[in-house]
Amino acid sequence: MSSTVIIRATDVRYQFGETPALRGADLSIVDGEILAVMGPSGSGKSTLLHCLAGILVPKSGEILYDGVRLDQLNDDDRSELRRRAFGFVFQFGQLVPELTAQENVALPLLLGGMRRHDALERASGWFERLDLSGMEQRRSGELSGGQAQRVALARGLVTQPRVLFADEPTGSLDSLTGELVMELLVGAARRDGTTVVLVTHEPRVAAYADREVVVRDGVVTSLLAGATTP
Amino acid sequence: MSVPFALLGLLEREPSHGYDLKREYDSLFGRDKPVPFGQVYATLSRLARDGNVVPGESEPGSGPERKQFTITPAGRENFDRWLSEPIEPEPHLQTVLFIKVVLSLMLGRSAEHYLDIQRASHLQRMRELTDRKRRDGLVDALLADHGLFHLEADLRWIDVTAARLSQLALEVNS
Repeated sequence: MSSTVIIRATDVRYQFGETPALRGADLSIVDGEILAVMGPSGSGKSTLLHCLAGILVPKSGEILYDGVRLDQLNDDDRSELRRRAFGFVFQFGQLVPELTAQENVALPLLLGGMRRHDALERASGWFERLDLSGMEQRRSGELSGGQAQRVALARGLVTQPRVLFADEPTGSLDSLTGELVMELLVGAARRDGTTVVLVTHEPRVAAYADREVVVRDGVVTSLLAGATTP
Repeated sequence: MSVPFALLGLLEREPSHGYDLKREYDSLFGRDKPVPFGQVYATLSRLARDGNVVPGESEPGSGPERKQFTITPAGRENFDRWLSEPIEPEPHLQTVLFIKVVLSLMLGRSAEHYLDIQRASHLQRMRELTDRKRRDGLVDALLADHGLFHLEADLRWIDVTAARLSQLALEVNS
């Protein structure tokens, strides 16, 4: 793992109406690391993830991704960057119910303009990697929670993003199934050198990361015993 | 004390020598904390004194004691009783963790800082156990899981306590 900072957030503030969610969050994420963002409900950890991923634009502060000021891009450029460089996995897979599992995985490629045949072919490779062989033609209603979440993981990784943002990716799963998803997530990320930003309130999930930061009252604290911060 | 009963349990399977018992104990239960030879032999002597095992004749060969130990019917009965009893669920109210938090608040130190570094240290240990779990076989994985769940329980306590520090400070300083 290099020590190049891939994302740097400086004094990021965000509020929902009158309610402040982030009150000056600072964070640096190193290229290739798996970072757990922890904190109690309502601490601002998901808002932070959304700001880092260019889904929300901070009210003030800077988000620098690979030398680009994410917070200063217009909507189109930000969307384009998200599609090109980022992958996403959410708590409830959020698969499109009308599409097959394979089409769901291929979706980000299709949105990026890849031909349907190529996109489906690329997507199919992920079914074996994530232990999902035979599930290609199923729709989300025909998948178990763990299978659906692995399909969602495949969809998050199919574009080979530089950064995967995962918001409580095991939140809806039992411990054993959650562990399998984390195993696969970490395995795939390590192999491809993908940076992972993992929001979780579960210590057992955070333990798969290289290090953790804690968001409390909209501020990032990273007091690490024996660990290094960039 | 679980070492005597663990040895008794290993002996219930088959008669064995002290050296083999130690090796077996370490590989199953003592990965982080091997049981010393001295303790194994002392434990076997006590088990023999109390009628739980009987030593065989000394066998020729190198090493101090080459005796095979066999479990007795009484030993089997004691072992069964121990195995079927739940262990005392400890409330852990007086752990070092708790004492440090209360003393910090009482003496005007930062309990929050202490809890933060404790959380980081717990998570570091959880990372090590998670690594071990991913590398090793099922026995190690389940041992690691046991540790992970306990550490997780501590962490929940740390989080709940961290959220209530100001209230706790009022109580301990009143």
